[in-house]
Amino acid sequence: MQLTQQIYLDNAATTPCDPRVVEAMLPYFTEKFGNAGSRNHRFGWDAEDAIELAREQAAKVIGANAKEVIFTSGSTESNNLAIKGAAEMYARAPKGQSGRGHIVTVAHEHKAVLDPVRRLMREGFEATFITPPADGVITVDHVREALRPDTILVSVMWANNELGTINEVPQIGRLCHDREIILHTDATQWVGKMPTAVETDCIDLLSWSGHKIYGPKGVGGLYVRRRKPRVRLESLVDGGGQERGMRSGTQNVTGIVGFGKACEIALAEMDKDRAHLQPLRDRLERELTSRLEVCQVNGHPTKRLPHISNISFAFVEGESLMMGVRDIACSSGSACTSASLEPSYVLKSLGIGDDLAHSSLRLSFGRWTTAKDVDAAIGLIERAVNHLRSMSPLFDLHKEGVDLSKIVWQSH
Amino acid sequence: MAYSDKVVDHFEKPRNVGSFGTSKEVATRKDIGVGIVGAPECGDVMQLQIRVNDSGVIEDAKFKCFGCGSAIASSSLATEWIKGKKVDEALEIRNTQIVDELSLPPVKIHCSVLAEDSIRSAIEDWKRKSGQAGAATTAVTPAAPTAAH
Repeated sequence: MQLTQQIYLDNAATTPCDPRVVEAMLPYFTEKFGNAGSRNHRFGWDAEDAIELAREQAAKVIGANAKEVIFTSGSTESNNLAIKGAAEMYARAPKGQSGRGHIVTVAHEHKAVLDPVRRLMREGFEATFITPPADGVITVDHVREALRPDTILVSVMWANNELGTINEVPQIGRLCHDREIILHTDATQWVGKMPTAVETDCIDLLSWSGHKIYGPKGVGGLYVRRRKPRVRLESLVDGGGQERGMRSGTQNVTGIVGFGKACEIALAEMDKDRAHLQPLRDRLERELTSRLEVCQVNGHPTKRLPHISNISFAFVEGESLMMGVRDIACSSGSACTSASLEPSYVLKSLGIGDDLAHSSLRLSFGRWTTAKDVDAAIGLIERAVNHLRSMSPLFDLHKEGVDLSKIVWQSH
Repeated sequence: MAYSDKVVDHFEKPRNVGSFGTSKEVATRKDIGVGIVGAPECGDVMQLQIRVNDSGVIEDAKFKCFGCGSAIASSSLATEWIKGKKVDEALEIRNTQIVDELSLPPVKIHCSVLAEDSIRSAIEDWKRKSGQAGAATTAVTPAAPTAAH
């Protein structure tokens, strides 16, 4: 697949649509344009059939029953519905009162989890944000220590979007089932890359998205367990009662068809994809850490997804690093280009200093990333870091053996 | 963010990168003034070294910069502008001239301020070391960061 001249290494942000996905979607824009809610004619039946096929495909990739899959607009909506919907349903006190229940989540979750939890805190719920360890991996012990007698919901992502680190979600699931606490997991980066079995892994609610797995944007899924226990949610969008009443609104048939197809392909090609991705990631990390001094791969060395690499380069400034590697489309831990000067809160939560958080790159690989792309990226990054270090007064001080943390800087 | 062509040019081919020696070596040289401004946690550190002759002319200038593309370009441009100037002329350079020359957007004005500060700081350091500092300059800011032991 021919992309632009820039090398695309930002597949954790989004992926191109698989052409097979696009092909499956096309008829549903034109000749099969029906509303799945129209029960009286062929157009409606065709749309409904297509949605139910997609539901089967989506359920299979996570090891669920089709009836347990709700289609949404993507992971952000799935996370909102899961967290707010479960909190309201399992609240220990009515609206307007305090002491409605306790929620456990993690400081390095995606904003689409943290912000719904923060909103619930303003609405009478309490929450604990687990501080991750230096390797980023949340274990069952972290969660156990955070639980309280009034904990109603735990939300722990399966794999972190900036680091690729994998949390002990199945173990956390077993703990939560023992304590009869609902477990939600944001599995946006995980599903499609790694085998998933919600039934045996004791997951109650799981969010995932189409556009991270070579499907279209604007469509995703929420798994809602139906037995042992039967999980119920308060809906956020009310209306026609679509999606078991949990998400009203005419279904996005084309998007759902594409999402289903993307899930089907992801399941069928998972082993092949991983066998392609991990050597690319390993090659990039091996080459950069051997060619460049003082650079570190962030997050646990092995408990990581095969397609995400997060590397910090000491003594270079983040924005100039991005400028130096502008022929690579990737993400940065630096927020310098936005209004805020705060670097990545994910990296900071691991205890990584502002300087190394600013000068980090997240490089993520996809189905169409080639070894040639990766070799070119290695060369570009090496050149940029060396160029910037040749200009960096901090690198000189480091070379002279000066401990930068002991310097009193002249403010301006 | 879109950088101007001039910023990109200075970033790719910075002028006068380097130093006249390590911080220890230049500390004792009376013909050299060093200005280091900024702080790593702010994302910018500029180091400007100037070599000044007996007639007070800046014969050579070298910079090092830890900072964004605009900060690198501002310090690179500053070295070009001060070379060959008398110190008093160099002190007349204003950050707004750097902003105009490099077409810096408002969020990058601080880079030009830092460049102006580094010129002042280097010249003050040279004046102090070479005994040119006026009696009025009692509260001289330390030109170089000091290691707190």
